[in-house]
Amino acid sequence: MREVAIIGTSVTKCGELWETSFRELIVEAGIEAIQDAGIEGKEINAMYIGAMSTGSFIGQEHISSLALELSGLNDLYIPATRIEAGDASGGVALHQGYIAVASGLYDFVIVGGAEKTTDTVGGETTEILSSMSDREWEAFFGATFPGLYALMARYHMHHHGTISEQLAKVAVKNHYNGSLNPKALYRKEISVETVLTSSMVADPLHLFDCSPITDGAAALVLCPLDKAKEYTDTPIKIVASSQSSDTLSLCRRKSLDSLLATKKAADKAYKKAGYGPSHIDVAEVHDCFTIAEIMAIEDLGFVKKGEGGKAMDDKLTTLDGAIPINPSGGLKARGHPLGATGISQAHEIVLQLRGKADKRQIDEARVGLCHNVGGSGGTAVVHLLEAI
Amino acid sequence: MVGIVGYGTYVPRYRIKTGEIAKIWGKDGDAISKGLSIQEKTVPSIDEDTATISVEVARQAISSCGILAQEIGAIYVGSESHPYAVKPTATIVGEAIGATPDIIAADYEFACKAGTAAIQSCMALVESQMVEYGLAIGSDVAQAAPGDALEYAAAAGGAAFIIGKKQVIADINATTSYTTDTPDFWRRESQPYPGHGERFTGEPAYFRHIVNCTKKLMDKIKSTPSDYDYAVFHQPNGKFPMRVAKMLGFSQQQSETGLLCPIIGNTYSGSTPLGLVAILDIAKPGDRILATSYGSGAGSDSFDITVTKEITSVKRSGLKEMIVKKEYVDYATYMKYRGQWSGGK
Repeated sequence: MREVAIIGTSVTKCGELWETSFRELIVEAGIEAIQDAGIEGKEINAMYIGAMSTGSFIGQEHISSLALELSGLNDLYIPATRIEAGDASGGVALHQGYIAVASGLYDFVIVGGAEKTTDTVGGETTEILSSMSDREWEAFFGATFPGLYALMARYHMHHHGTISEQLAKVAVKNHYNGSLNPKALYRKEISVETVLTSSMVADPLHLFDCSPITDGAAALVLCPLDKAKEYTDTPIKIVASSQSSDTLSLCRRKSLDSLLATKKAADKAYKKAGYGPSHIDVAEVHDCFTIAEIMAIEDLGFVKKGEGGKAMDDKLTTLDGAIPINPSGGLKARGHPLGATGISQAHEIVLQLRGKADKRQIDEARVGLCHNVGGSGGTAVVHLLEAI
Repeated sequence: MVGIVGYGTYVPRYRIKTGEIAKIWGKDGDAISKGLSIQEKTVPSIDEDTATISVEVARQAISSCGILAQEIGAIYVGSESHPYAVKPTATIVGEAIGATPDIIAADYEFACKAGTAAIQSCMALVESQMVEYGLAIGSDVAQAAPGDALEYAAAAGGAAFIIGKKQVIADINATTSYTTDTPDFWRRESQPYPGHGERFTGEPAYFRHIVNCTKKLMDKIKSTPSDYDYAVFHQPNGKFPMRVAKMLGFSQQQSETGLLCPIIGNTYSGSTPLGLVAILDIAKPGDRILATSYGSGAGSDSFDITVTKEITSVKRSGLKEMIVKKEYVDYATYMKYRGQWSGGK
C-alpha cells in the first residue's frame, strides 16, 4: 500500500444558503479544491462524492455523474462514485478515496461531500433525516435523531453522573470556536444559560444541544505522498483511514453510552499509526448533539469512559486546552451539511496542520484526528492526519 | 392629488390568547407569546367571513365621508380567504352597499398584500379618470392548520379605503412596488391550510421585499426616515415589523401606533391597512406616514402619505375602541367558530 497525502482542500460557507443550489455548491467546492492543489483537472483519475439523501432533499440521484459533468471533467470518462452512509457519507468517501490511491489504482483522486437541505421544510426534513435510522424499528415508531441521542444522554447521565450543564458547555465552546470561523453557520457566542433555557427538543436535549440543518459542500484532492511535494509545500499525510460499521438500530447495540463503531475505528487507526490518543494535537469530532461530543472524546480515548462531562468542566477541549476539540465550531456551530460534514472536518484539520486556521489556530498542531459518524452510530470513520 | 377620501375598519369581537392555543399543543405559552410578540388574536364568529367583513368595512368607509355608494366606480377586494374559489367577493360588497351595477369589480389575491394592491389599482383608475371613486378593501379570516406555528398569528379583520381626488383626507404622494417570485408561503387549490417555508419566510422573503420596496420609495421621493411622523409595516408577528423598522432607520415611536399584531394577530390582507387606519384615527393635518405591506409569493407595496386638513371633517373609525371591546373564547369554541369541527366544511 502506498502512503497518501491531501494536497488540496476547500469548504463552502455553511448555512441556510437560500440562493445557492446543490449544483453551485458542488462547483464551488470542487473548483476551489483543485485550485488549492494546483493540479489540472485532466490529471484527476477518479472522483468520490458523499451525500446523504439528495434523492429526498432535491429529487436528484446519480449525483456522481452530475458532479463529474459540473466539474467539466466528463470528457475524461473517469469513474465518479457517489457514497452514501448517512451523515458519515463524507468520511466514507474520504476512506474510499484513500483506498483508491493507497492501492495504486489511481494517482489523483478528488473526494467531496455535498448536501442541500433547505429546499424542504419542517416535518419533511425530519422524515428524510430519520431515513438514516432503522425505518422499521425506530422511525416508524416515531423515534427521531434527537430522541435516539436523548436516550443515550439519559443513559450516560444515569451511569456516569453527566449533567445538563456539562452538555451545554459543549455547545458554548463550539459556538465560541464558530465565532472565529468565517465559514461557520453560527458565529455568535452563547452562554450555558442560553442552552438550558432554549426549548426542549427531546429531554434532556435542548434546542441548543442539537446541530442545525445546514447546506454546504467540501472537497479534498488526494495523491500518493511521494508525488505530493511536487504540488505543495505543505502536504498533509493520511496516516490512517479506518471505518467500522455496527447495527443500524440503537436497540441492537451492545452499549448505549458508547458508539462501539467509533471505538473500533479509532483502535484500528491508532494501531496503524503506532500511537494513541495522547499524540493527537487537535480533533474534529461528530457532535451532532452535545452528548455525541462527550461520548466521542471518551470513545476516541481522549478521556476515560464517563469522564467526558468532567472534561467540559475542566476545559480540556477548548482551543487552549489539553486536547482542543472542534476548533471549526463542529457540527453544532460550523453546521452539519450531512454528506459534506466528514470532508468539512478533514478540511479544518488540514488548515490546522498547515498552520492556516487564523484566529482558531492550535499552536504547533502536527497530528490531527477526524471522526465522522453515520446516524446513531451505524457507521464511524476515523482519519489520522499529520503535517510532514 | 389622488388620495384617501374615507375609510372604515372592522375586527371581530372574539379573542383567543396565545397561551390558550399553546396549552392545547403542550407548548410554553409565555415563551411563544414573547417569541412572536403576540398576546392574543381575533377570532371570527361562526357567521363571519371575508365577505361579511368586507361589507362591514365598505359601509363604514362610505359613512365616514358621506359620499354616495353610486359614486363608487370600482371595487377591489383583496384577500387570501375569499369565501368562494370561483365567484367574486367584490360583487357581494357592491350589491350590499348599493353600488351595482355600474361598477368595475374584481377580487385580488396576493397573500397579505392584496389589500394594498387594491389601493394601487384604485389610484390608477382615479388618476386616469376612468372612475371618480374607487373602493379598495383588504380583509381576511386567515386559515392556519391546528398545531402549526401560524395558528398563533392567523387572525381576522379588514379595512376599506375610498380612493379619489376630491375632499382627500390623506394625499398619497407616491407608491412603489417590489415583486419577485419567492415561494415562502402558499396554499394550493383545495388545500384547507397554507404551507410555509419556516425561516425562509424571514430574510429572503419578508425583510428583503420590505426593505427594498421602502428604500425604493424613499429614493424616488428623496425622503429620509426622520421625514415621517408614522411608519407601518406588514405584521406577520409583533417582532418582524419592529425589526424591519429598525433596519430601515425608523424609531420605535414612529412604528408603535400602527403596530396592532401583538393584540389582534396577523389579519393578513387587513394587516397593513389596519395599521394605517390606527394612524389615520389619531392623525393631524400635515402628518406624514410611510406604509409598506408584504405579501408572500412575494412582493411589497410602499406608500408615502400626507394627511390633509380634511381629516378633521371625516368620522374616524374608532378602531381602538373596537379592539378593546372583546370577549375571550377557549380553544374548543375557537375550533367551532372556525368550522374545524366539520373538517373546515
